[in-house]
Amino acid sequence: MINLPSAIKVSARALSVNKMRSALTMLGIIIGVAAVIAMLSVGAGARRQISEQIAGMGSNLIIVLPGGATSGGARMGAGTLPTLSMSDADAILKEAGAVEEVAPILSGIAQVVWGHRNWSTNVLGTTPGILVVRDWPLESGRPFTDQDVKTSTKVCLVGKTIVDNLFEGADPVGQIIRIKNVPFTIIGTLAPKGQSAIGQDQDDTILVPVTTAQKKLFGTTFPGMVRIIMVKAKSGDDLPAAEKQTNDILRQRHHIGPKQDNDFTVRNLTQMMQTAEQAANVMTLLLGAIASVSLLVGGIGIMNIMLVSVTERTREIGIRMAVGARSWDIRTQFLIEALTLSLIGGILGILIGVGGSTALSAIAGWPTLVSALSLILAFCFSGIVGIFFGFYPAYKASLLDPIDALRYE
Amino acid sequence: MPLIEIKEVSKVYSLGGAPLNALDKISLEIGRGEFVAIMGPSGSGKSTFMNMLGCLDRPTSGKYILEGVDVSGLDRDELALIRNQKLGFVFQGFNLLSRTSALENVELPLVYSGVPAGQRHERARQSLKTVGLENRLHHHPNQLSGGQQQRVAIARALINDAPIILADEPTGNLDSKTSREIMDLFVRLNTQREITIILVTHESDIAAYSKRVIRFLDGQIVNDGPGGNNA
Ligand SMILES: Nc1ncnc2c1ncn2[C@@H]1O[C@H](COP(=O)(O)OP(=O)(O)OP(=O)(O)O)[C@@H](O)[C@H]1O
Ligand SMILES: [Mg+2]
Repeated sequence: MINLPSAIKVSARALSVNKMRSALTMLGIIIGVAAVIAMLSVGAGARRQISEQIAGMGSNLIIVLPGGATSGGARMGAGTLPTLSMSDADAILKEAGAVEEVAPILSGIAQVVWGHRNWSTNVLGTTPGILVVRDWPLESGRPFTDQDVKTSTKVCLVGKTIVDNLFEGADPVGQIIRIKNVPFTIIGTLAPKGQSAIGQDQDDTILVPVTTAQKKLFGTTFPGMVRIIMVKAKSGDDLPAAEKQTNDILRQRHHIGPKQDNDFTVRNLTQMMQTAEQAANVMTLLLGAIASVSLLVGGIGIMNIMLVSVTERTREIGIRMAVGARSWDIRTQFLIEALTLSLIGGILGILIGVGGSTALSAIAGWPTLVSALSLILAFCFSGIVGIFFGFYPAYKASLLDPIDALRYE
Repeated sequence: MPLIEIKEVSKVYSLGGAPLNALDKISLEIGRGEFVAIMGPSGSGKSTFMNMLGCLDRPTSGKYILEGVDVSGLDRDELALIRNQKLGFVFQGFNLLSRTSALENVELPLVYSGVPAGQRHERARQSLKTVGLENRLHHHPNQLSGGQQQRVAIARALINDAPIILADEPTGNLDSKTSREIMDLFVRLNTQREITIILVTHESDIAAYSKRVIRFLDGQIVNDGPGGNNA
């Protein structure tokens, strides 16, 4: 039984004799492992971003858009015709058992002025329900109330971006800003939420009572018109029921016959996001698989060099056999050599992979996530590559005939 | 019981044409503590015989009994163990590992018999002292003279306290003065430690150091008689 320290010493010596060759052989593994790590971290980053967006959007969310998938034979995109109203939202909240809260929304882009500063932002006319539907807590101040909605008061809640840009971070509660030249009193600030799924700054938002938005800011084609209705189901399990109830209630209210298409569209956002998450998983797997190919090529490089090494050192093998090395000793020695190549390559690859994915997120702004699991996996995988591709050369060396090996020129 | 018993051993090489009898039904006994020189013209089968004695090669037919054990039937790992424990080799071309110190070269057999590192160094140092190289421990083969390299090889053959040293033209690459020093070393090992020494040589003044001379011709033993060192 050859002892490990001396086998490792022999390997280190053999590898250092041909430094350039060893380095080039390792390069294959380095590139392979670095690619695997970078790809996995890009995939994991994308997945985490989607998960965060799901969490940030509010859970168990259904969105109702005006306009059907098809309308009168012509395909119309959802959201094209204004068909939803405040009373639709009220009806859903009242009649759908699986629904916890609704928030009708009428929104638009508007110019906001405070003192000599101005800012163009997204103004959402809505009801107090929005804070529940979107899991959106307040940072300071108070929310507006149903009473505010009923009486169309000119109050508003502002997002963090507004606070930063108009008030330079100072608490704006109690200040009066002009939205489309209409004065609004700020009664509260919204907790920061970050970017949305489509990369929108969600904090660049002002919430006002929906009735105020209808009357003073955006106008309506019919009384009580809203652009979308957000619906929150009581729980994840209630989502399908909430979706169906919403659909049924709206069909009834919009007098849609059994054979007619909807003039609205119900979308289960959580489900959509979960689908996106699954897609990200598949993408991660695919990227990882592609990167593994380079690891495989690196492994073949190791095999190639180990075969060369065995041939070059046939005489050495003969000498070792002559003084009593068994097949196992020779095999272990060459396996350790292959393993040394692949593991050092693996470690360097991990460093470069981690550095690369950090650079990717810093320079290209991609969300990347290096998980400990992917590092361990990459390390083990490079070890397995070393053993797998090192085995044949080592096996070949161990089967050499002592006398032939000694006589080898 | 003789140390080595060879019975009707043949080695046949068949390369394309007619089979070649490198060894042709050789029978022979060698006792413990003998000092045997093997002579004969080039191609007469001396190296073939030595390789077979050294368990580096197997006979085509016949029996080879070493210390009462028939080694012709052992597998490669069992033969490796015999080479490790019972035999020491000295080759014409030294066969040392390059880029490896004298000390580590001498240690090599102990690495494969699982002796711990500290003990290995100590024994290798002792062995190198026996051959007079105690102040060349960390020299690599390319930093040693031919005679010194052959001494390292002898130190390596000695380290496992093997009862037999096999040397195929150990002085073939050395000048006559160095050859005499190496032969004196063999004689000392033979007389002081009772190590059985079997060596191949072309030179009769080298053979004169031995107690028994065996002459080979065309794969057969043609003469087996006393050497010059039978005083
Ligand atoms: N591997 C081999 N394959 C085929 N023939 C071989 C092989 N090894 C040796 N021979 C043949 O066997 C015969 C004996 O060879 P061997 O090497 O034993 O001679 P030798 O007595 O040692 O000669 P020298 O004094 O030149 O070393 C030679 O004719 C040689 O050609
Ligand atoms: Mg010969």
